[in-house]
Amino acid sequence: MDGLGILKGLGVTLRRFVGTYVDDIKWLGRRYFTEDGIRHRMSKDASGVFTVQYPEEKLPVPEEFRFIPFLVYEEKEDGSIFHRCTSCGICAKVCPPQCIWIVRTTDPKTGRPVPEPAEFYIDVDICMNCGYCAEYCPFDAIKMDHDYELSVYDRHTHNIYNKEKLSKPLSYYASIRPTNYQREEAIRAEAEAAKAAKKASAEG
Amino acid sequence: MMEQAILTDVDLAEKFPQKVKRDERKGYEGYLVDADAFLQVAQFVRDEMGYDYLSSVTGVDYFPENYLESVYHFYRTTGGPALVLKVQTPRDNAVVPSLVPLYPGAEFQEREAWDLLGIRYEGHPDLRRILMWEGFAGHPLRKDWREPYYEEDGKPFKSRWPDGHVYRIEDKNPFHKNVDYPADFDPDQWAPDNDASLYASLKKIQSSLSDSGLKTDTVIVNMGPQHPSTHGVFRMVVLLEGETIRALKPVMGYLHRNHEKIGERNTFLMNMPFTDRLDYLSSMSNNFGYALAVEKLMGIQPPERAEYLRVIMAEFTRISNHLFAIGSLLNDLGAYFTPMLYAIEERELILDIFEAVAGSRMMCNYFRFGGVARDLPEGVYEKMRDLAYERLPRRIDELDLYLTNNEIIRARCEGVGVLTAEDAIAFSASGPLLRASGVPYDIRRADPYSIYDRFEFDVAVRYHGDVYDRYLIRMDEIRQSIRILQQAIRDLPEGPIQSGKPQYQVRVPAGEAYGRVEAPKGELGYYVVSNGKPNPWRYHVRAPSFVNITALETMAKGNKVADSVAILGSIDIVLGELDR
Repeated sequence: MDGLGILKGLGVTLRRFVGTYVDDIKWLGRRYFTEDGIRHRMSKDASGVFTVQYPEEKLPVPEEFRFIPFLVYEEKEDGSIFHRCTSCGICAKVCPPQCIWIVRTTDPKTGRPVPEPAEFYIDVDICMNCGYCAEYCPFDAIKMDHDYELSVYDRHTHNIYNKEKLSKPLSYYASIRPTNYQREEAIRAEAEAAKAAKKASAEG
Repeated sequence: MMEQAILTDVDLAEKFPQKVKRDERKGYEGYLVDADAFLQVAQFVRDEMGYDYLSSVTGVDYFPENYLESVYHFYRTTGGPALVLKVQTPRDNAVVPSLVPLYPGAEFQEREAWDLLGIRYEGHPDLRRILMWEGFAGHPLRKDWREPYYEEDGKPFKSRWPDGHVYRIEDKNPFHKNVDYPADFDPDQWAPDNDASLYASLKKIQSSLSDSGLKTDTVIVNMGPQHPSTHGVFRMVVLLEGETIRALKPVMGYLHRNHEKIGERNTFLMNMPFTDRLDYLSSMSNNFGYALAVEKLMGIQPPERAEYLRVIMAEFTRISNHLFAIGSLLNDLGAYFTPMLYAIEERELILDIFEAVAGSRMMCNYFRFGGVARDLPEGVYEKMRDLAYERLPRRIDELDLYLTNNEIIRARCEGVGVLTAEDAIAFSASGPLLRASGVPYDIRRADPYSIYDRFEFDVAVRYHGDVYDRYLIRMDEIRQSIRILQQAIRDLPEGPIQSGKPQYQVRVPAGEAYGRVEAPKGELGYYVVSNGKPNPWRYHVRAPSFVNITALETMAKGNKVADSVAILGSIDIVLGELDR
């Protein structure tokens, strides 16, 4: 009980305190509000001030980051859009808090189901961002978004997202998840090729 | 401890004919014991067979067969597999002898089973509700009990697809109109319990106090539920004589959401993200335990790479959790937030890894039955390696220098809140709490799961059982976790990360399984019963925070009231798990 422990501890705080200034001087003002500064903050050598001044500064989100699902549509050359969703209902069935609601389209003449959702809702108040819908979708039609700034003034009027609000183009998906996108497209191309080959061999 | 011959491999059914028989239902293990012989059998199991540690007490409502079953999992603190005993009672008169006289650690777990399932434990010293409030109608985990926003018995709900015209459940089924009152209930005549029975149970102790010869009055003080030292909404009711604690009762359930009922409505897979929300500081470990339990039922094994990834994630979780625990303990001691923020800088970097791998910093939802959700993205392996080999060891040394020999910390912590080894075992304490009391019991060694038997690490143990040792043991465990991490990251093999194809509907054969892991806070167990349907029939969580709190009164008695804050902080509770 000679106070040495306390002094050593205070030494640590003092070193840390001085360290923040040293760190600032080393970076010559480029420590904050720059990409390099943020990367330094996330690296193994991170030192100095650890906090980020949100919303001026933002930590980059990694590719796998997941927040609220969206529906992917493809844009054709002629300007028309094509929804990948076939309303098979797997996402609605696997959703743990059951926040996905789908109305399947039926052909008015035959009464048989058409592979396209008539309506698609996600109650984002209830969504728990688990990512199962995206994980188990066999058509790569529903994916998790990166946009986490969703606050609204009135949840009763805003927070049930309909099909229009949920739909985002494939190019957007490719931009937020490039690695996943490329991998999935390769698999799709392979499946297409296999299908074409099978068709060709059946005809030939 | 006393040397005595321990009987191994006794067939209880032969030892107690007519009273005990083997549980021969398909997929079940252990013995069925008659209620009237239960105490005798439990005494034999404890004293002769050496099963000194009662891990889990819970119940199952076998509604179609019309009986309730009380399920007990016993272990030896010397290691080895479980002994499972079950007592069956009729649903309308469910009475089972209480195990509290033999295993004091059963106290809160039996109260929980009484509260949620309505099994009355005869001989329990204080059988009140624990998670629900006094006056609550019914026992919510019974299969015929329905929640106010009841929709269907099991998910997925039919209203969602293919005719999913969206609505909010509270619009169709407004609050107040959706509650079932008992037939004889009159709201005007009803008076709330106002904790009369709680205070009465404390007052019993009052009359026996007179060690100074002076006649002093005792005071009852409520610490919490809104108190910054309780780590959330938790309440300690203390009986004080001067400043000394004479008795203490924890009150909990403010955050109760009946996780287990939700789990029984869910399908097996849907429960995985819900487990994240139990102990939200260590979601990877929660995933681990649940995945183990269901994999046991399904009889599948994850591939090598997935096993390594699981261990890496679980150990990173342990480090981040212990850093948080140390930081908040220092907060409780009055070192306001500087140590906390120093500690959680490293946690921040660990969470960056989780976010890159699992997609979320805290609600990871990373484990799947038979593997993990996805492989490491590019660059993460290097990040993990740098952390485990370079940064974390350095930073832990700094934290050590900063705190460990600080005279104020030592003065506040040494000799405070002592829990002896015997008490720790008797109260079913687990994790750092148990090991700081001198019991080297770590499930990773004692009953190894996953691939923990391949790694070289020491089971951290300290012998004083006070708050200071519980701080030290967390530092020790961080260092051991770093050792495991270094080996696992070095040996991480290539290969698939899931056995079989990912399925959104898993087929789980009928049976029961108890999967337990050494979570950062202690033994985390999942008791899962399947009847072959898509939803689990029973889903029980043996939460370490909840069971560890049983020993709180013993630790706090005789200490000053200010120390109760440090003692609670040293247990390291998380209310999401405590209240479930």
